[in-house]
Amino acid sequence: MTTELLTGAEMVVKSLSALKVKYIFGYPGGSVLDIYDAIFQQDEIEHILVRHEQAATHMADGYARATGKVGVVLATSGPGATNCVTGIATAYMDSIPMVVLAGQVASSLIGNDAFQETDIVGCTRPIIKHSFSCRSLADIPDALSKAFYLASTGRPGPVVVELPKDILIPQNKGPFNINTDITMRSYNPNIKGHPKQITKAAQAIASAKKLVIYSGGGIVLSDASALLTTLAETLKAPVTNTLMGLGGISGTHKQFVGMLGMHGSLEANKSMANADVILALGVRFDDRVTNNVEKFCPNATIIHVDIDPSSISKTINAHIPVVGLVKIVMQQLLDELKVINFVADEEALTQWWQKINEWRAVKSMSYEQDDNEKIKPQRVVESLYKITQGDAYLCSDVGQHQMFAAQHYPFAKPRQWINSGGAGTMGFGLPAAMGVKLAFPDKHVICITGDGSIQMNIQELSTCLQYKLPVVIVTLNNRSLGMVRQWQDMVYGGRHSSSYMESLPDFIKVAEAYGHIGIKIDHLSELDDKLAQAFAIKDRLVFVDIMVDEKEHVYPMQIRTGAIDEMWLKKGVKA
Amino acid sequence: MRRILSILMENEPGSLSRIVGLFSQRAFNIESLTVAPTNDNSLSRMTITTSGDDKVLEQIVKQVNKLIDVIKIIDITDRQHIERELLLVKVNAMNDTTRTEVKRLTDIFRGNIVDIGKQVYTVQLTGNADKLNAFIDALQHETEIIESARSGCVGLARGDKALRI
Repeated sequence: MTTELLTGAEMVVKSLSALKVKYIFGYPGGSVLDIYDAIFQQDEIEHILVRHEQAATHMADGYARATGKVGVVLATSGPGATNCVTGIATAYMDSIPMVVLAGQVASSLIGNDAFQETDIVGCTRPIIKHSFSCRSLADIPDALSKAFYLASTGRPGPVVVELPKDILIPQNKGPFNINTDITMRSYNPNIKGHPKQITKAAQAIASAKKLVIYSGGGIVLSDASALLTTLAETLKAPVTNTLMGLGGISGTHKQFVGMLGMHGSLEANKSMANADVILALGVRFDDRVTNNVEKFCPNATIIHVDIDPSSISKTINAHIPVVGLVKIVMQQLLDELKVINFVADEEALTQWWQKINEWRAVKSMSYEQDDNEKIKPQRVVESLYKITQGDAYLCSDVGQHQMFAAQHYPFAKPRQWINSGGAGTMGFGLPAAMGVKLAFPDKHVICITGDGSIQMNIQELSTCLQYKLPVVIVTLNNRSLGMVRQWQDMVYGGRHSSSYMESLPDFIKVAEAYGHIGIKIDHLSELDDKLAQAFAIKDRLVFVDIMVDEKEHVYPMQIRTGAIDEMWLKKGVKA
Repeated sequence: MRRILSILMENEPGSLSRIVGLFSQRAFNIESLTVAPTNDNSLSRMTITTSGDDKVLEQIVKQVNKLIDVIKIIDITDRQHIERELLLVKVNAMNDTTRTEVKRLTDIFRGNIVDIGKQVYTVQLTGNADKLNAFIDALQHETEIIESARSGCVGLARGDKALRI
C-alpha cells in the first residue's frame, strides 16, 4: 500500500477529521491561508468565521462546555494568535478542553521580528495545559493527536499548536500517518483513588454528624452528576455547588442548599461553616468560596477529591486527600460504604437538617419587587426560568447579571449553566452561547448579559446572522457597570469612578442593523409577555434589552476578610 | 528552608522555559538551576535549589510534576545524598606571597589551579555550597577576586535509589 503524500495544511485538516472534529472556529490570515485552502476543498469539517479571534476561542469554549467535546480554534500568526490569549486563559481557569491552532511565520523567519510574528507559545505558556511547536511536516499529526489527548484527559485544559507557514505550503509534501491512540511516558493522570484514602474517607463520612457535600466543576466536566445525586441521596447530606458546579445536582433537589461563596446562599455557607466533615468533590477552594482562609471551617475534617494533585491543599489543607477522577472516586466511595455497612445516622441528620432549615428560612436570596418600580434583575431571571421551563442553556457574561442568574435559575442538569467562573471574562457570553447553539440548535440558548459585557464582543452579531444562530440575548441594562458600581458603593464611599456607560448605544437599532430583532422592555407590566414573545421567535436572533433597577446590589454577599458564613443579607443587615 | 529538587524531564525545546516560567508565575524562589541532557539523550535532568515552607515546597513539587514534560521530580534534601557544585574563580596573584597563599588555600580545600596568567590564577573547586562559600571567604582575606562562576548545585541520592524512568 502506498501512502498518499499530503501537504502540511492537508495534514492539519485530515488529522482533525481523524480526531472527529465537526467545527473549527477561526479567522484567516497570511500564515494559515494554506489551511483555509485545505478546508475549502473538503466538507467534513465546517469552519465558522468569527469577527474577532477572541470570540472564536469563547465559541469553541461554549461548544466544549455544552458538549464535552474538544473545542477547536484556528488563528493566524501575530495579532490573530494574541487575540486568542484571553479566551485561552478563560478556558484554562475553568479547565475546558480546547485546542488552538496558531499560525506562525516561516521557520526561517522565526526570531527575526517578521511581519505578524509573535511568540505565541511564549505568550500563552502560563495559561495552557501544554503547547506544541511543529517544526516539520511529520510533527503535525502527532502534535494534533497529543493536543487532543492532553486537552481532554486528566484535568482538561487548552493546548496550543504552533504551525509555521513553511510546513503548510503546497510545495512541501510528505506521507500522512496519524496515531490517535496516544500514550505519553511523562503524562499519566491518576484516575483511581488510593484504596487506603478511600477507606479513610468512607470512615470519616460514616462517623460524621454534620456532613456537607461541596461539589464543583469537576462533577460537570467528568459527567458525574448522576453519581453525585446517588451519593448525596445515600448520605442524605446537604449538597452545595460552586459557581462552576451548578447543575451538578438538580437545583430543585431537596438536599441542594444552593451555591456557596461570595454570593452564595446563607444556608450553603452556614452548612460549610458548621460542618464536621466536608466532602469536597472536584473543587479547588477558590478565594471566592472560602473568604478568609484563616477563618475557614475550623472544625471540619476535609476530604478533598480532585484529579489534579496541585489543587489539593493549595489554599486549604485537606485532612484526607484523594487524587483521582471524581466520578471513579465517588463510585469507590459508594462501594466502600457498602463494605462498611454504612447506615445513615438518622438522629444526627434530623438535628443537622433542622439547623439547615433554620438558615433556609432566612431566605437569603429574597428581594423586593414593587409593581410600580423599576424591574429588578432577579425578577427577569425568574421569568426566564418560567418561560424556558428550566430547560435553557444559560450562557452568562460577567458581572451582577451573572450572579443573579446563578442564584435564581435552578439548573436541572449539568452543562446547562455556561459562564466564565475562574477568569471572569467579560465578553464571554455571546460567543459562548453561539457555540452552544451550534451544538444544540433546537434548544433555548440564552446569552444573559449586561450593557457593559455585551459590548465586549458585540461584533459577533454579524457571525450569528451568517450562520443562523438564533440565540436569545437578554441584557439586564442598568446603564452602568453594575458589579463595579456595587463595590464602589460598598467599599469606595459611593465614588463611581468610570463605572458609568455614559454613551450607551440604542441596542435595538444595533440588533436591527445586524439583521436581527430587537425588543425593549421598560416596565414590569410588559416583562413576561415580551419575553414570551422573544422566545416564540425560533428562527431569528432576538436581542432583548431590559431596563433594570440600576441601584440593585447582589446579595447576600460575604463580608470581606470574614469567615465563609459572615454575610451581608442586604444593605446594613448582617446574617 | 533550602531544598534540592531533582527533575527528570523530556529533552524537548521549551521544557526549560516551562519550568522557569512556572517558578516566576507562581512566585517560587530559585536559588540555582542546572540542566543538561542525561546519558539517555531524550531526557534532561535538572537540579533546582529553592527555599520555602512545607506548604510552598509541596506546591512546587506538585506544580512541577503537573507540567506535561516532567517525568519525575524528587526532593533529595532529606535523604542521604551527594551534592556538588563547581566553582571557577579568577584571583589576583601579582606577587609571591599572594601566589603562595592562594596555592596553599587551594590545596587545603582540595581544589586545582587550572590556569595562570601574568598576574592571575584561576582555581577550580568542587564541593557543596558551604565549602565553596568558605573557600571564597578565605580567598578574599588573601587577595582580590577578579571574577567567579558557579555551576549551581547538582545532586544524586546515595545508594541504590535512582531517579530514572
